[in-house]
Amino acid sequence: MAELLQILVSGLSAGAIYALAAVGFTLLWQASQTINFAQGEFVMLPAFFVLAGMTIFGLPLWAAILTALVLSLVVLGAMFKKLIVEPMLPHGTLPLVIATIALGILMKESVKEFYSAQGQPFPPLFPQHVINFFGASISIQDICNLVVAFAAIISLQLFLGRTRTGRAMQATAQDPRVAEILGVDVKKMVMYTFLINGALAAIASILISPVYLAKFSNGETLGMIAFIAAIVGGFNQIKGALLGGLLIGVIDNLAAVYVSAEYRTAIPLILLIVIIMVRPQGILGTPEGRTV
Amino acid sequence: MMKRNVLAGVSLTAMLMAGGAYADTVKIANISELSGAGAAAGTVWAHGVDLAVDEINEHGGILGMQVEMREYDSQTDPLQSRALVQKAIDEGAFALLGTVYSSSTVVNMLVAQQNGIPQFTASEAPSITQKGNPYIFRTNWGAQKGMPKIGAYMRDQLGVENVAVAWANTEFGKGGHDSFVEIVEEMGLKVVADVPSEQGQADFSADVLRIKNSGAEAVFIYLTQEEAARFLMEATKQGLEIPKIGDSVLTSEKVIELAGPAANGAKGHAALTIAADEPRVQEFAAKFTDRFGYSPDYNAMKGYIGAYTIKYATEMVGEVDSQKLADTVHGLCLDAEEYPGVLIDMCWDDTGEVSRESYMVEVVNGQEQVSEVLPAN
Repeated sequence: MAELLQILVSGLSAGAIYALAAVGFTLLWQASQTINFAQGEFVMLPAFFVLAGMTIFGLPLWAAILTALVLSLVVLGAMFKKLIVEPMLPHGTLPLVIATIALGILMKESVKEFYSAQGQPFPPLFPQHVINFFGASISIQDICNLVVAFAAIISLQLFLGRTRTGRAMQATAQDPRVAEILGVDVKKMVMYTFLINGALAAIASILISPVYLAKFSNGETLGMIAFIAAIVGGFNQIKGALLGGLLIGVIDNLAAVYVSAEYRTAIPLILLIVIIMVRPQGILGTPEGRTV
Repeated sequence: MMKRNVLAGVSLTAMLMAGGAYADTVKIANISELSGAGAAAGTVWAHGVDLAVDEINEHGGILGMQVEMREYDSQTDPLQSRALVQKAIDEGAFALLGTVYSSSTVVNMLVAQQNGIPQFTASEAPSITQKGNPYIFRTNWGAQKGMPKIGAYMRDQLGVENVAVAWANTEFGKGGHDSFVEIVEEMGLKVVADVPSEQGQADFSADVLRIKNSGAEAVFIYLTQEEAARFLMEATKQGLEIPKIGDSVLTSEKVIELAGPAANGAKGHAALTIAADEPRVQEFAAKFTDRFGYSPDYNAMKGYIGAYTIKYATEMVGEVDSQKLADTVHGLCLDAEEYPGVLIDMCWDDTGEVSRESYMVEVVNGQEQVSEVLPAN
């Protein structure tokens, strides 16, 4: 019982972070048909903004995090849209996909070159206490990761469903031409989506780095897992990306303990293949239409 | 006149293409992991090499010739490393340094062997010196040489009977794992949990859980730096209180920095450590830190030792000759008093394997402390 509980909590904590990155995939796809293969690097980079703020500019942690959040909105949101997506999108999805792959490599190598090739410790945001819950060791960090990630995703859902701007973004995602006829500023709505993705990436980065450490290559695995999570959950549903992330986190831990640690990385891929064969739109995805 | 000029040009080109032997520089190439997953280890190794080469050049070079150092980035890709070893040789390198990752070295060392070029590697997988390649030389011993000392420590000093192994599922990790399991089972210990992990793995909760529930009385951790740090952090979180034993990696500066207080209590059998009470090691550490702005680790020491070994052995030969260099290093012993660039006395056997004394190191209050000096084997 304690073992299963430990697996579930650890899996959910990791899965919540995967979900944040996976939601980014979903958002960008819905808003602009962008499959961002640099999403893993988007989650890697903000941690280095924080570290650079602290070590190079001597900022306290909270100020470094705020700076990183602003930089993420500018670099990973606005600049990504203006400099990569807008020029490439008219040439079709494939050139844009290749451009995001190139962007991911550029970000990775730049961090390695200008900061460090080595993993870096990242200051913990929450107390390091561990509590014993029915025999399972659960850290405050795990609980806070879950709470913050859920809060971010639920807030996003509420924003999209309950606010005028959110509904305009939904309309833009479903049919940008009709939305424009109805008076929605489509360009602004798409920009908002990119900014939200930048913010989600920053939150994921700041939550995950105290545990996973900050390293230039962290995005490789994270990006792939988030992509799988988005497909498994449903590429056109935020709640699908959330489910996909949590599912992958728990299944990965279950597989490592009860199946084989050697083949644990294969299990999410097997799940992906099964989902594509049985339910191509993903567990919570819908075959028609698009909504953010 | 025209014909004479052409002939002179052809002769000059031929001389240049013949390599270092005819030039006023000695060409050495370093092929290491400057990008990709192995960039941390490869960059530190390359910095160790750079420091040594600059010192060598400042003090007159090798046989009075300046060292022309060429750097190649393997991108932590075995096939890329193989192509680059060939490129380095084609460009005239008479000796090679690198690679660090065993999975690359087992592939690229065949190219150096085919071309008869000696190669000084940081890799520690046992298989590297067991393939009968007369041109491969280690800068630190292979994993199989440290395992008997670790096994004996666990059995005799810790008094354990059941052990767990957490290892990296790579050429490096597999070699160390296989050697460890074979040796401890021969010693009568039982491996009750055998837990491999992937390169770059971030979540170690399942790994630690398996070990915690296995009944192991000690765990042998054979992972690369970041993974070792993540493992230690998760072990602390889950309250895994059994002794954590490893090699040079587990108690290295980097792991201590990354894992923070979670590294306290970890013990490692280290062949190279800047905690060694040796003035040459301390001097090296100070120079390295001054130049690169961070503390060196065992990979930096290996790179430094590799470059200096090429210098010393070439000067023993008296000429820049790849074959004679390889022949000389087999069976060579270098006394650190006379050859300070090797930092600690060391010898190579006929397979290119290294012998030197070693240290049991424990992390106490975030610092490496040598608890015991063990003789060379």
